[in-house]
Amino acid sequence: MTNLFLLQLLNGVQLGILLFLIAAGLTLVFGIMDFVNLAHGVIYMVGAYLLVSFARMTGGYWTGLALTLPTVLILGLALELLVFRHLYDRSHLDQVLATFGLVMVVTEAVQIIWGAAPLTAAMPEALSGSIPLIGPLRYPVFRLAIIAAGLLTGLGLWYIITRTRIGMRLRAGATHRGIVSALGVDIGKLFSLIFAFGAMLAGFAGALVAPILSVDPGMGESVLILAFVVIVIGGIGSIKGAFAGALLVGIVDTLGRSFGPIVLRAVLEPAAAGQAGRVLAPMLVYILMAMVLAVRPAGLFGAKA
Amino acid sequence: MRGRALAATLIFAAFAAVPPLAYWANDPYLIVIASRIVAFAIAALALDLILGYGGMVSFGHAAFVGIGAYSVAILGQAGITDLMLQLLAAIVAASAFALVTGAISLRTRGVYFIMITLAFAQMAYFFFVSLSAYGGDDGMTLSSRSTLFGSDMLRDDGIFFYVSLGLLGALFLIATRIVGSRFGRVLRGSRENALRMNAIGFSPFRYQLVAYVISGAMASVAGVVLANQTKFVSPAFMNWHVSGELIVMVVLGGVGNLIGAVFGAVVALVLQEFLGAFTDHWQLWFGLILVGVTLASRDGVGGLVRRLTGGKR
Repeated sequence: MTNLFLLQLLNGVQLGILLFLIAAGLTLVFGIMDFVNLAHGVIYMVGAYLLVSFARMTGGYWTGLALTLPTVLILGLALELLVFRHLYDRSHLDQVLATFGLVMVVTEAVQIIWGAAPLTAAMPEALSGSIPLIGPLRYPVFRLAIIAAGLLTGLGLWYIITRTRIGMRLRAGATHRGIVSALGVDIGKLFSLIFAFGAMLAGFAGALVAPILSVDPGMGESVLILAFVVIVIGGIGSIKGAFAGALLVGIVDTLGRSFGPIVLRAVLEPAAAGQAGRVLAPMLVYILMAMVLAVRPAGLFGAKA
Repeated sequence: MRGRALAATLIFAAFAAVPPLAYWANDPYLIVIASRIVAFAIAALALDLILGYGGMVSFGHAAFVGIGAYSVAILGQAGITDLMLQLLAAIVAASAFALVTGAISLRTRGVYFIMITLAFAQMAYFFFVSLSAYGGDDGMTLSSRSTLFGSDMLRDDGIFFYVSLGLLGALFLIATRIVGSRFGRVLRGSRENALRMNAIGFSPFRYQLVAYVISGAMASVAGVVLANQTKFVSPAFMNWHVSGELIVMVVLGGVGNLIGAVFGAVVALVLQEFLGAFTDHWQLWFGLILVGVTLASRDGVGGLVRRLTGGKR
């Protein structure tokens, strides 16, 4: 029981880390540019597909990853230049429409290029084993590596945002866009940078999960909506909030699915507990979101509603 | 206002002419498409009520459509096949869901509101996916259409279409009355400036919540029609793509003039049928058109339509 709990806790942390990589870029775009981007999930998906292709082409995960990251970065820059840049000063409704259209285009294009059947990527040799944790419990190295990569990325983001000049401008841009612009910072360039960087993080997340999840055209959607929940819980525009929210959502979702029925069995008939558990578990994160909002409408770390 | 009444009359007359036209052209599929358009027009009309007049961009209206559809399926399986009772159940269930989720969502504004309504719809989606008694992910086929006053006359596609059109017409009239009433004015005032509405003694939250509940209840009627039309229900009815398409319809027809939403539903679904006839990848082209039109027009799709048609509506 303790072993199972530890195992699921690690799975929850790993899902949380993944959500953090996706939500980090999204929350900056939401918070700083006040921009609704529904197309963030498909960039994650494209990241996974690119990794599959590049890894097969070059014959290795690492070379695949090395090619995927700059490609997604360029894709992000291109999308910003062609579409997003023209939408910053539009209403949220226009942003929803254009990015929703983009979701349709990219999802369909991915199916044309790679087909609708799920793909998988080979795991890198060095990380394909598992290591013992406690007693007979073993955990795949690759999943631990995902957690480590996410934590390192989070640390790097924290450093950039709080310790560098770009981070300072970014923080200033989030609260006083007009003033920052008046002080001579090219806010347009800053936006492009944030956007492309966020896209790269999402693509990175996609590349990380390509060896452990099936890569299919629907993978972006579920993650996008979970990332929204993360951002709402954490507070829009806050990287700290995205991190806390992502871990919370990841752990609650994973533990709810595996332990919900077990906990319910204490108060209900086994059959009823199983049914109620299956129904309630997927709804748990949304109930969590509703509870956080009821207490703090701006999210845990949000400044403004 | 005159022009709008004329447009409404024209659109409803065109709808009413579909079944005779279909018999004449010997193409019963026309009635099927038209029934589907009517169902989505009801949902788009419901969305326009809060999006156009209340400024609430709900990205979760598919949930209400789904609740309506499942009301038909669940009551039907329990042996209650009367359309009126099913409509009543759908409206009650959707109102309850709207009241709870609306009360939470309306604590927030702007981007938050969009994301939260989307998240709640997704919650409803997962609820029905895990409801294995009613088909779970696969959905379930209905054995027959609902009955009306004890007779199974809705089996006939033509009669079913006219009953659906009647529902759309009734809801359109109700919505027109609502936006023209004092309630509608307060709603529009709250959209423009909630602070001032507060200052002159109105609580925007309460008005917005009531509007949200009314809109949700109306959208559930669309689900009842849709379930009957396809004789099938599945969680796919509340997929977030459906919510997105409803927004597209409202904007295509012009935000905030009710009949525009109906027209938008016609344009969007006919465009999908048209593109679908040429290519399996119609979503690619539909998406490209959407991005292109939104980018091309500074004041949104409605503005482009207005400029192309030359007049201001």
